[in-house]
Amino acid sequence: MITTDILIIGAGPVGLFTVFEAGLLKLRCHLIDALPQAGGQCSEIYPKKPIYDIPGFPSVLAGDLIDNLMEQIAPFKPGFTLGESAVTIDETEDNQFIVTTDRGTKHKAPVVAIAGGLGVFTPRKPPIANINDFEDKGIKYIVKDPEEFRNQKVVISGGGDTALDWTIYFVEELNCDVTMVHRSQSFRGHLDSVQKVMNMAEAGKLKLMMDSEVVGLNGSQQLDEVVIKTKSGEMIHQKLDTWLPLFGLTPKLGPIADWGLEIEKGAIVVDNSTDYRTNRDGIYAIGDVNHYEGKLKLILCGFHEATIMCQSAFKRIHPDKNNVLKYTTVNGVNGFE
Amino acid sequence: MTEDGIIQITVIDRSGVEHVLDAPTDMNMNLMELCKSYELDVLGTCGGMAMCASCQVYVENDKVTLERNDDEQAMLDEAWYVEDNSRLGCQIHLAPEHDGLVVRLAPSDDF
Repeated sequence: MITTDILIIGAGPVGLFTVFEAGLLKLRCHLIDALPQAGGQCSEIYPKKPIYDIPGFPSVLAGDLIDNLMEQIAPFKPGFTLGESAVTIDETEDNQFIVTTDRGTKHKAPVVAIAGGLGVFTPRKPPIANINDFEDKGIKYIVKDPEEFRNQKVVISGGGDTALDWTIYFVEELNCDVTMVHRSQSFRGHLDSVQKVMNMAEAGKLKLMMDSEVVGLNGSQQLDEVVIKTKSGEMIHQKLDTWLPLFGLTPKLGPIADWGLEIEKGAIVVDNSTDYRTNRDGIYAIGDVNHYEGKLKLILCGFHEATIMCQSAFKRIHPDKNNVLKYTTVNGVNGFE
Repeated sequence: MTEDGIIQITVIDRSGVEHVLDAPTDMNMNLMELCKSYELDVLGTCGGMAMCASCQVYVENDKVTLERNDDEQAMLDEAWYVEDNSRLGCQIHLAPEHDGLVVRLAPSDDF
């Protein structure tokens, strides 16, 4: 069981900054995020895009903002449970919360701060009627352990960097028989990856099917073949071990919707006049995941919400202590040993 | 178009209901944002960077070009339910020439 003072659900910019504000109050934090890396949307969707409304930064790349935040919070030694999504929350008799992830990791804390942004990043699934029947039975949306695909006959769909990178890796490192299926005539990945895949296809190391799309799935218990529609309308039935539709990730509110919290417009209702508390005592929601009248989904607003929330969390954790706001300019940043 | 630059855009939602929306042309607004401001079921997950396709629409008349910019084309190459008249709402920046535009919201797994 991982124990901490503030358990933060979501390691995007607002969740990360919470560690800093909590640390100034000598509260320890642990973050849970479904993505394998910290940064949320900033890292997953637009790391190379500039942000112009972070106070004091005329322009900062989203990825750099995350790097800076990680550096800023490092003295407070946050814990991370990455690549796992928070699924259930239970309240204990001593007024604490136990949050369990989809992989069974348990975390205990007196305060939970949900900084979940737009939700859990989940794979974008192709709209094929029986696709759910074959999930983990021949279909994988995410490559977690590449070794499980060694020597397999694999079909990879998608035209972005993830699809291109895994195609190259599967051929070069895993001795896979790879067919790459892409719906268009051009890729949107890095030019050198695109060139490499083209070269490999020319050299006969993989089969590249452009202007084509997987439209059907066949098998009894296990996925046995995919049906690929080519530009000319021809239907090709291809036997395989695994189909990897790699079309990126999209956020969904997910299991948090079932935590007994008041939800409006797909976001968690909080009290903006006090401390961003939800309708459950001890659970707060900050950043894009919350909703109140006049809400603006901006990183800078999330930073403010995190700061206010931490003061309230302190009072909940230390009801007998009076806290005075201290300035970092006066006191410096005193990290944890 | 009215004197103060308001144009009318018709958005047909996923139930087939037509919404005639008043759209300002002096606020640097795009079609995704217009739909959201009227609380139609458009997510606009990526905020308008042509990186999620949650604002895909079908253009039903000739009030806007079907020509897509590079980012938009790349995104639509990987989206679902894409037709020849698909565009991303966030890439249509509302201007006087769009007065009378009719679009239909593409299917979505989120609604």
